[in-house]
Amino acid sequence: MITQALFRALDKKAIWLVAILLLVAVAVPASNLLLPVDSPFRLPNYAVPLFGKYLTFAMLALALDLVWGYCGILSLGHGAFFAIGGYAMGMYLMRQIGTRGVYANPILPDFMVFLNWKELPWYWYGMDNFWFAMLMVVVVPGLLAFIFGFLAFRSRVTGVYLSIITQAMTYALLLAFFRNDMGFGGNNGLTDFKDILGQSISAPSTRAALFAASAIALALAVLACSAIVNSKLGKVMVAVRDAESRTRFLGYRVEYVKLFAFVVSAIIAGIAGALYVPQVGIINPSEFEPANSIEVVIWTAVGGRGTIIGPIIGGVLVNVGKSYFTGAFPEYWLFALGALFVVTTLFLPKGIVGLIGQYRAATTKREQHDRDAPTPMQVEAGADPQPKPAE
Amino acid sequence: MSEAREKLGTMLYLDGVSVAFDGFKAINNLSIIVHPAEMLAIIGPNGAGKTTMMDIITGKTRPDDGQVLFDGRTDLTKLDEAAIANLGIGRKFQKPTVFESHTVWDNIEMALKKPRGIFATLFYTADDEDIARITEILETVRLLARKDDYAANLSHGQKQWLEIGMLLAQDPKLLLVDEPVAGMTDAETVETAKLLKDIAKTRSVVVVEHDMSFVRELGSRVTCLAEGAVLAEGSLDQVSANPVVIERYLGR
Ligand SMILES: Nc1ncnc2c1ncn2[C@@H]1O[C@H](COP(=O)(O)OP(=O)(O)OP(=O)(O)O)[C@@H](O)[C@H]1O
Ligand SMILES: [Mg+2]
Repeated sequence: MITQALFRALDKKAIWLVAILLLVAVAVPASNLLLPVDSPFRLPNYAVPLFGKYLTFAMLALALDLVWGYCGILSLGHGAFFAIGGYAMGMYLMRQIGTRGVYANPILPDFMVFLNWKELPWYWYGMDNFWFAMLMVVVVPGLLAFIFGFLAFRSRVTGVYLSIITQAMTYALLLAFFRNDMGFGGNNGLTDFKDILGQSISAPSTRAALFAASAIALALAVLACSAIVNSKLGKVMVAVRDAESRTRFLGYRVEYVKLFAFVVSAIIAGIAGALYVPQVGIINPSEFEPANSIEVVIWTAVGGRGTIIGPIIGGVLVNVGKSYFTGAFPEYWLFALGALFVVTTLFLPKGIVGLIGQYRAATTKREQHDRDAPTPMQVEAGADPQPKPAE
Repeated sequence: MSEAREKLGTMLYLDGVSVAFDGFKAINNLSIIVHPAEMLAIIGPNGAGKTTMMDIITGKTRPDDGQVLFDGRTDLTKLDEAAIANLGIGRKFQKPTVFESHTVWDNIEMALKKPRGIFATLFYTADDEDIARITEILETVRLLARKDDYAANLSHGQKQWLEIGMLLAQDPKLLLVDEPVAGMTDAETVETAKLLKDIAKTRSVVVVEHDMSFVRELGSRVTCLAEGAVLAEGSLDQVSANPVVIERYLGR
């Protein structure tokens, strides 16, 4: 049963994507660690965590695409699940600092000592254990998504209203995490990490390993999403996206279909956040900014939603652009991002991936035209498996 | 007591059903009975409440008043759409609604009567029996040649047929069919009547239609609705000879 589902996940495109990601997982660390420093093919040290960060963003975009592109749920709060996964990882990393902190308290992180706390809050218990922390990376975003989704989908909150409450969710978390008495470091968040699994977090080998872990996690997320969207449940998700009420009359429980997609998506986003934090070295409440979640929507739209590869392309390309822009002309980045979104919405409703599809359709059409009588309907059909724009 | 016996053995039992939208009574004290393996044709002017009646039966609209029973026992007013569909009530919509970004085959596969749970659906693989059944249904609705086409690319009439195919795949006990022949050619209309008559040999079928020659073709019991209530009942000849029906519906 499960093997069949996995087998289905391995369609040609997914195999390619997974193969490329695994190649990247090996090639980038190898080029950084093994090549001599003066080699033109050697990636500089700073590039490894930077590229790793792009991969975690790609994973976040893929997570959003599972609910938005395939199930029609436009979440404007996915950054929250990413941030929570990141905080869970950050808590583990904080506990690894131990006596190397400014106050040298073996148990309490610096900010707690500073606040004059005497004891570790109960929700920090166990977070010094890596595997327990990793469990929380999965469980906490998943649980939040479950509770939120259960309430929202059962009450049939859809469309713009759902988007607004997801935005409200991340905003509420932003305000909560800003508070010092929440016990997550307030404004400053969690930072000054030293070790992960006993390895120095800034060592090139650790960074290379984190990069590889990000690429492999993304590959696994591709497999999971591909297995889901190629299954009958994936078809039902698309049915919910296109004709929600009709799906109900077929006897499917739309609220559970959405809940499943939402929880899986939140878990993927949480894992991405957990990989993001050790590579950038900090997690603070700004990750909950509503604008962050909106950016994820833009990455996904630019790459092409309703496809597996689209959000990955979008997540990487837009962020490469962002790195360049914020370096070269920082004041124009937001304008560029806005313009990108407008151009995509107006001219590339299916994103970059759709553009490739359109090009292919055009060439097939020409070929077909040369061969025999044109059957435009079929050509269109062959090239157009992508979703219509959501309302 | 006689009332209880009356419900017993019915497939669909509506009694004194009313629903108002902002004070406008779309359904007004409506009572209708459909027996197992029986076809009922419903006619009536635009806005008579025919579609609203189907909305009530399928759980889309809650009645303000009255009783809606399925199979003589199950109170449909307490259930939601999915639960009602899973009881064995299938519906074809007035405006054909198929899943346009899925292939014809996938549309039928999704409708096929199978466990609807999340994990059952996630791990579902069509077995030989399912494939044979889907093929058979596509043959019946004459879409086998187009099984790999996206439903979006079907003609209006073909979408109607695809939706009828989806109904068949659901294997319901009661079919509610809203204006099935709108947009069909005369030949297709005749075919559809034949198909529905065939279905009604083993299942209960409620057909709403304006096309009188089609209703004649069905040869079933006819109910004429107007302003949310029954205007006349009987054979098509009886109903269409009814002076009130002529005045309110046919005569216009
Ligand atoms: N959800 C709703 N809200 C408000 N009014 C409604 C709603 N649904 C139906 N109505 C009204 O109820 C009346 C009955 O509509 P209904 O669609 O049932 O008619 P019908 O008999 O199916 O007509 P037609 O032959 O045109 O399909 C109409 O006046 C319609 O405007
Ligand atoms: Mg109607």
